Amino acid sequence: MPKLFTGAEIVFKALEDQKVDYIFGYPGGAVLPIYDELKNHKSIKHILARHEQGAGHAAEGYARSSGKPGILLVTSGPGATNAVTALTDAYMDSVPLVCISGQVPTHLIGTDAFQECDTTGITRPCTKHNWLVKDVNDLARVLHLAFEVATTGRPGPVLVDIPKDIQFKKGKYSFSKSTLKKKLNGRATHKISNNELDKFIDLLKKSSKPIFYTGGGVINSGPQASEYLRELVSLTGFPITSTLQGLGAYPGDDPQFLGMLGMHGTFEANNAMHDCDLMINIGARFDDRITGKVDEFSPESKKIHVDIDPSSIGKNIKVDLAIVSDVSKFLKSLIKRFKEKNKNFLSSNKQKTSKWWSTIEKWREKKSLNFINSNKIIKPQHAVQRLYELTKDKDTFVTTEVGQHQMWAAQHYKFNKPNRWMTSGGLGTMGYGLPAAIGVQIANPGKLVVDIAGEASVLMTMQEMSTAVQYKLPIKIFILNNEYMGMVRQWQELLHEKNYSESYTAALPDFVKLAESYGCVGIRAKTPDELDEKIKEMVNIDRPVIFDCLVDKAENCFPMIPSGKPHNQMILGPEEEEEISDEGKILV
Amino acid sequence: MVKSKSAYSVPGKIGKIERHIIVVWVDNEAGVLARIAGLFSGRGYNIESLAVAEVDKKKHISRITIVTEGTPQVIEQINLQLKKLVPVHKVADFKRGEKDILFRELALFKMLANAKKQEKIKKICKKFNPVILDKTNKSFVIQVTALRAEIDKLAIDLKRLGLISTSRTGAVAMTKGPKVFN
Repeated sequence: MPKLFTGAEIVFKALEDQKVDYIFGYPGGAVLPIYDELKNHKSIKHILARHEQGAGHAAEGYARSSGKPGILLVTSGPGATNAVTALTDAYMDSVPLVCISGQVPTHLIGTDAFQECDTTGITRPCTKHNWLVKDVNDLARVLHLAFEVATTGRPGPVLVDIPKDIQFKKGKYSFSKSTLKKKLNGRATHKISNNELDKFIDLLKKSSKPIFYTGGGVINSGPQASEYLRELVSLTGFPITSTLQGLGAYPGDDPQFLGMLGMHGTFEANNAMHDCDLMINIGARFDDRITGKVDEFSPESKKIHVDIDPSSIGKNIKVDLAIVSDVSKFLKSLIKRFKEKNKNFLSSNKQKTSKWWSTIEKWREKKSLNFINSNKIIKPQHAVQRLYELTKDKDTFVTTEVGQHQMWAAQHYKFNKPNRWMTSGGLGTMGYGLPAAIGVQIANPGKLVVDIAGEASVLMTMQEMSTAVQYKLPIKIFILNNEYMGMVRQWQELLHEKNYSESYTAALPDFVKLAESYGCVGIRAKTPDELDEKIKEMVNIDRPVIFDCLVDKAENCFPMIPSGKPHNQMILGPEEEEEISDEGKILV
Repeated sequence: MVKSKSAYSVPGKIGKIERHIIVVWVDNEAGVLARIAGLFSGRGYNIESLAVAEVDKKKHISRITIVTEGTPQVIEQINLQLKKLVPVHKVADFKRGEKDILFRELALFKMLANAKKQEKIKKICKKFNPVILDKTNKSFVIQVTALRAEIDKLAIDLKRLGLISTSRTGAVAMTKGPKVFN
């Protein structure tokens, strides 16, 4: 007779076997047996959030900065529904999360019991898969399968709903790896053929106006993928641009890097995407913030798309060469094959792409990230630039909320390593950055973790400062405070005749006092003169800090592709309306 | 050019709409139909008809036949998205009108009709394997199997002969010859 364990014990045995060291969660009636068991498992630490959404984003931050799945533990009913935003966020941005939720006892399911909700029903469209476990003997298998589904193929969130009686019941435990016999995500085990590699290389050789367009898939494929990408880009000498999620896979300060593309991407990146004759998409998904108007998206180019998820290929944009593969595996074989047959490609091909590079240089001369600086008032772009300059020598991790500050962070903070940039791109969740920073700091103790925030976003999950203080996590909340929901205000200014409907927040809290009330440090910067000193002060404090940076209230985020326009019709900035001399601009 | 006030792009050109029959083999577990139906409704795909039953009692495999409409791009997405679902084993996609595929739908018609009319009705249904399932002197229930369009037409014809209730299955499909889909 094998040894029997309670459902709660099985949960922890599975977590131990999956080498989990942190759980982010919040207790409640339907998960109490699991919380009761926590004390017997010293290798697993629980981080108590202040709201299940906060726990979820913290688990995301942990996952994205460590490459391991994030674990979330919540109770039934409101616990589960509060986690839905974080699950959907993780689903959109391909973050591996395993959410364990309590459920009312099986005999009460369907009776509208206290704190009952149809958790698997609600989370079905925002998870890769979910399970309601009705037999304790299924629990071990389901939990291990859950980890496998979350972390293989295109990663994403999963949920295991465990009724309270199952947590008490005794059952068998076993751990067998690879319980999922079927191929995940279609052809995840697909072998790359030489034929595919040769077609790829042939397109590279024929192109005179190529561009690499890389995304979060490179990051998700592990640090090795970024190494291979750098090698391939330097072997070819081609220009490269990246999506929001792909930042850091390729060094942000490298001359071959054109900056981010898309709605708020650089002039050179977007024009190069529009005019290229070969687009090499590696681990990006032709999102609508990238393509703009689909019918006029890069009309003259051949397109290659490498993605682990077959359903991402051909979803928005038709491509000429589709390769379903993990980025790292593919680039490894490609580089090997490429090197064998093309010894001096870089020098022999230089002539072919020289005209292309000189066109790109002309676009670069527009200096599309320029802004008009001020010595009276802090410009938000200037604040991000100073933050970058004063923290770039450390191995800094940056999270963001969603809005103008997020775009300024993406434009002006240069990342040189993968897994250093955590931002909510797909779902665009305001309130993501603060709890995500908590998870990042847990996974990277001793490192500098900064949440570049807006005052409106950060108030959505501000309660998590209490979590940061409890666990002595010295995260830095760098608020670009313009008292507006800046991106909403910007759209209203440009497209809704300056009708600033409900985008101004009157009665904001005093963020310095708020910081003090949470037991952390508050710093305020009001003028450009004091900005550097204050940032240095923030960086040197080994406690959580809320930094209230008062910035220009009317600044807009440029460049910008207006909705429904192709890439070559960007608005560069207010200077399009009134010419301003070069001396008035700060160069980036 | 009119200024777009949306934060999203305007819709592009829409391709030609095709009708496809998609067959999905799934684990017959709780919630699997909701997963399939939810995928269709969540991504804005159509379901014209749906037929489902367990076909392998030992392995608990169900076969789902879905009739859907969409542009070739949408049909391709439906196939790829279905294949990503964990309980899905395989997906087959047939275009309406493909030669080596058989399609059938089953319909039950309840008719109010006297003996004379009944003869007429049987005659109309003759091509569609009619079976009388229930009979009284005022009414009868007739079963037919045919293609969707044929049943549509039949229902119209029967309307004036006393049709009072119709029950139809969705289409089911199978390949011709000894081959099976793998």
